[in-house]
Formats: sequence, C-alpha cells, structure tokens
Amino acid sequence: MSLQVTIYITVGLSFALYIGLAFWSRAKSTSDFYVAGGNVSPLMNGMATAAGWMSAASFISMAGMISVMGYGGSVFLMGWTGGYVLLAMLLAPYLRKFGKFTVPQFIRDRFYSKGAAAVAVVCLLVASLTYIVGQMTGVGVAFSRFLGVSTDVGIYIGMGVVFAYAVLGGMKGITYTQVAQYCVLIMAYIIPAIFISLQLTGNPIPQLGLGSKMIGTDVALLTRVNEVVTDLGFKMYTTNIAGSKLNMVLFTLSLMIGTAGLPHVIVRFFTVPSVKAARRSAGYTLIFIALLYTTAPAIAAMAKYNLHTTVNPGIEKNIDIFAEESSIVGSKRPDWMKRWEATGLLNWEDKNDDGRIQYYNDETTDPEVLKSAEDAGWEGNELTVNADIMVLANPEIAMLPNWVIALVAAGGLAAALSTAAGLLMAISSAISHDLLKGILIPNLSDKRELLLGKIAMACSIVFAGWLGLNPPGFAAGTVALAFGIAASTLFPALMMGIFSKRVNKEGAIAGMLAGLIITLFYVFAHKGIFFIKGTQYTDLIGGPNSFFGISPEAFGAVGAAINFAVAYIVSIFTKSPPAHIQELVESVRIPRGAQDIKSSHE
Amino acid sequence: MSKKETKDKTYWYETLKLLGIILGVWFVISFGVSIVFVDTLNKINLGGYPLGFWFAQQGSIYIYVLLIFIYIYFIGKLDKKYDVHEK
Repeated sequence: MSLQVTIYITVGLSFALYIGLAFWSRAKSTSDFYVAGGNVSPLMNGMATAAGWMSAASFISMAGMISVMGYGGSVFLMGWTGGYVLLAMLLAPYLRKFGKFTVPQFIRDRFYSKGAAAVAVVCLLVASLTYIVGQMTGVGVAFSRFLGVSTDVGIYIGMGVVFAYAVLGGMKGITYTQVAQYCVLIMAYIIPAIFISLQLTGNPIPQLGLGSKMIGTDVALLTRVNEVVTDLGFKMYTTNIAGSKLNMVLFTLSLMIGTAGLPHVIVRFFTVPSVKAARRSAGYTLIFIALLYTTAPAIAAMAKYNLHTTVNPGIEKNIDIFAEESSIVGSKRPDWMKRWEATGLLNWEDKNDDGRIQYYNDETTDPEVLKSAEDAGWEGNELTVNADIMVLANPEIAMLPNWVIALVAAGGLAAALSTAAGLLMAISSAISHDLLKGILIPNLSDKRELLLGKIAMACSIVFAGWLGLNPPGFAAGTVALAFGIAASTLFPALMMGIFSKRVNKEGAIAGMLAGLIITLFYVFAHKGIFFIKGTQYTDLIGGPNSFFGISPEAFGAVGAAINFAVAYIVSIFTKSPPAHIQELVESVRIPRGAQDIKSSHE
Repeated sequence: MSKKETKDKTYWYETLKLLGIILGVWFVISFGVSIVFVDTLNKINLGGYPLGFWFAQQGSIYIYVLLIFIYIYFIGKLDKKYDVHEK
C-alpha cells in the first residue's frame, strides 16, 4: 500500500470514529450542552482535558522548539505542566463547588456585578480567539501536508468535522470525541518515539533512552548530541538558554499561570460530578499530559541527532565531519527530504556548488568551527529546517514503516481538532450563556438557550474558519497573547474570588483592567498595535525587552502581579463585599454540599 | 461565633497551610532546582543525564504529578477530620 493511501485510510477511520461518537452523544439540554450533563467520570474527563489542552503547538511544534532551544525549551515543558498544580489546588475544586456553567458566571456572582462579568467575557473572547487562530491554521497545514489537499480545503474539512460533533453534541459530544482524540494522539506521539529510542539507545522507553548510552558505545546520548552540535558551531544542547535566567523564570511562570487561567481548560472541571472528582480529575489530566510532555524532550534530542547524521553521515562513522565525504551528496538525499522540501519546511541551497549538503551554524562565534568550515570549502549553511519537521518528519527520518507516518498525521489532526473544539465551546458558551442570557435576555428559556448556544457555536466555527483562511499575519505572536491575558486577567480574579473575602467588585474590575491593559501595552510595543506591522513602539518604552530584560511572552506574570496589587489596594479603599457574598465565599471553600451543576442566574 | 464557624475556620487555615507547603515544593523544584541552580546540579550525573537538565525536562513533571496526588490524599484527610467531605 502506498504511503498516501495508508494516510487516507488512517485519517478517514479516525474521522469516522469522531463523527460516530458525535451522533451517539447528542446534547438534549443546556446542561448536556454546557457541561456534558455534569456526570463525566474523573478519568474520562482527565483524557478529554488532556486532549483539549494539547494543541497543534504541543503535538507538532513543541519537540521542535526544544530541539532548537535545547535546555531553554524547558520553559514549555514546565510551564505547560506546572500550571496544573495551581489549577488542581487553587481553582478547580472551588469552581466546581460553586457549580455553575461558565467562568464569567463565577466572576459575575462572586463580584456581584454584570460589569465584572462583561470584562471577564471580553478577556475570555480575546484569549480564546487568538488561541484558535493557531489551531485552525494548524488544521489546514496538517491536512495539506499529509493529505495533499490545499490548506483552504483542509480548513473546510476541519470545520465540517468540528461542526458535526460540536454543534450536535456541545460539551457532551466534545467530551467523548476528545477522549478518542487523546488515544489517537498519544499513540501517534509515543510509538515513533519508542522506535527511535530503540534504534539509538536500545532502550524502548524514550524517557530512559534520553538518559542512556548510544547503542554499542560507551557515550551517553546527550553527551554525544552536545559534541555533535558544538562541533558544528551550535550552542551546547543541555545548557543553552535564550535571554536571562530571570526571563526564563518569568516565562515559565507566565505559562503556568496562563494555563491555570485558560477558560477552555477550567470549564472541563465543571463536567465532573463532585469536588473530590474535580481534584482527582486534575491529577489524571496531568498524568495524561505528562506522558506526552516527558516524551517530547526525547524526541527533540533524538530527532536532532538523526537529522544531523542524515545530512552528515560522517558523524555516525566517527570520522572528521568536515571531510568532503562526510557530507551527504545532494542528489542522493533521502526521499523524505524531497517530500518536505515541496512544503517549504525544508530547504537546500548549494552555496558552494560542491553537490553536497552542509548543515552547520555559520553564525557561530567559535573560531575553530569557522576555520574548519573555511578550510573545507564550506560557504555557509545550506540547509534551512523548520522546527516542526522534528515531529512531522520524525518517522521518516528514522525510516519507520508507513503506518507510523500515517498515525502521526492522524495524531496531529486529533490534537488540533480537539483543542479547537474546546475553545469553540468556551467561546460559544460565553456568548450564549454569559452575554445573551446573563446580560442581555435574562428570561431566556432553557430550550431557546440551547438553540442559541448551538447557533453561537455554528457562528464561532465559521468565524474561526474565516480566521484560519485569512490568517491575520500574526498567528505566531498570538499564543503569547492568549497566555498573557489568561495569566494577567482571569487567573488572579478567580483566585482572589476564592482566597479573599475582602476583594470586592471595584477591586476585581480595576485589577482585571489593569492587568489587561499593561499586558497589551507591553506585547503591542513589541509586536505592533493589534499586531499591525510597523506600529511597534519599543522606542517609547526604551527598547525591546526594556522591563528588566523581560520578553513580551514572559510578561503575563508581571501583569498578574499588577492585577493582584491593584485589586487589593482598590478593595481596601472601597467598601467590603456584602454579607451574602462573604457567605458565598465560605460555602465555596468547603466541599460538602456540592450539587449538580445548575444554570440559574440569580 | 458558632462551633461550626470555628471548625470551618480551622479547616480553611489547615487547607492554606497544606497548599503553602505543596506550592513551596512546586516553587523550589520549578524555579530553584530547574532554573536558578541548574548549573550547579548539572555537575552531577543521573545515568546519562546532567541532573539539572533532568529536573528541568523530566523530573519536574514527575514531581508535579506526585504533588497533585499528595494534595488529594491530605486534603481528603482534612475533609474527613473537619467533617466537611461530600457524602
């Protein structure tokens, strides 16, 4: 069977499974639609949360980023897992006890204010919409690369599939498809990793393989990778960091707080039947996420080594890597390189016309490397590699069978679709439940609200698809913004709502606005006002990263600190929340009395 | 103050203490061990891993999972002790 046919069959089967599940789990009430009826088991919810959480960025891009950044890539590994400790202990059980449908509804009730809810809805929409742009483009890219259709057609197919289960089933349909998608994506991630770990180290467990010796030698894999990359002028793999350690700390912290504050993650904990189940479910979620996140660094280092040895077989033979015969002859390069060149993710330009490929860091400051390269007649790096290749082409680089390649295709699509669906759910419930029912049409009946919820979902899908078809040209910068906003607005407001009885309406609104504005101000300074090219104003704030050398991606933690401080100070100077709110806080803090999730707006 | 209110107050106080301890470990592992003091730890090897690098890319994640389950165990005991668990 040819590779293309295998991919079609695998992806087709996975889609049939998702749509089948959607028909089986149609939503009949608003409770089904918003919180899957509120009786999802902690284990199932753990899988669904993990799938909804791990996006195209986690599945396709993260290992590649670690591969390029080496040790510096740890910010993603810790940032995107450590947040679950915060979520499990500070938010999930208490918000579940509160027992309503959405995140803005907690803000609205706890801060007894439609204004606070409106600010929360705005923050939620901005964070979720910026996040979804990346998912839709991810869907399009995955389709076009694996199925040979155009990116646009890919997005239409993706929209159609999400439409089928998200509109029909709401949260209920999304939950069961996400469980299936988790199984597909985790197999797709781990199976190739087991193969390459076996090939390189003889150890089938990638997490152990990364710390093992290269097969048939006495040298540790990581030591060997360090040797190879430094010989070629790249930075030491295990110690390389970008920026300062302070920036690394704040970047990690921003991702952690942002993770805990992302509404599409939080709402998943409204679908379990009790406070105890919410706690356990957060634990399961992190186990399921950790399976992928502890495998990623192994893929990163191993795929990096494999790529270097493919281009420079001299590495494996342990001969001088600058010798002429070490570099691969261009016309004899493997088929997968040609295939990925067609997508633009890989590019070879024979600068010195020797017919061979030289892949090294020509901007290195290491004089020895520069001299060796010059003596060997190398005239610059000839291979440009998009980091996504490390996962996408990983099975091909390691010469694994076709079905593994097809599985990676299905896994990438599962990751992008499951996250897109979760985000769409958060967006449409904010519109139908918080905006329409909560603020504009309070006496909406359950049946009409369900209908409006489905319409909001359909509109959100079309809008997200449109964003994917016409990416605003800032897709790369948007994830930073989504995490920055979740970290600087929603997380502090939710946390103070539970842990402080003193923070009041005025404080919460002022805090969220302060966090939002300062974060937008700093991000826009670097990336342009609303990401419009040419409107950057870094000069105004004293140059790029002027605030203690902190990059805009790492600024969410600062925004959160400002939110906490402003909310607290404003609250002290205004009057305490009314007695019934203080009672509400006290009741939220205690597990007993947790009830089924209700829709009622008081 | 009624007996129930005092009891709920001590429950909350003990919960905060538990959260404080666990978040303390979380903080030290994430930012101390894995970032600030990583170079010192890298001088030690764990199999083929430099220890600091292992914490940053593997160990921290295992510890996060462990921390959540430790939290679940102890908060469950607290719930029962103060009779606020779900029935």
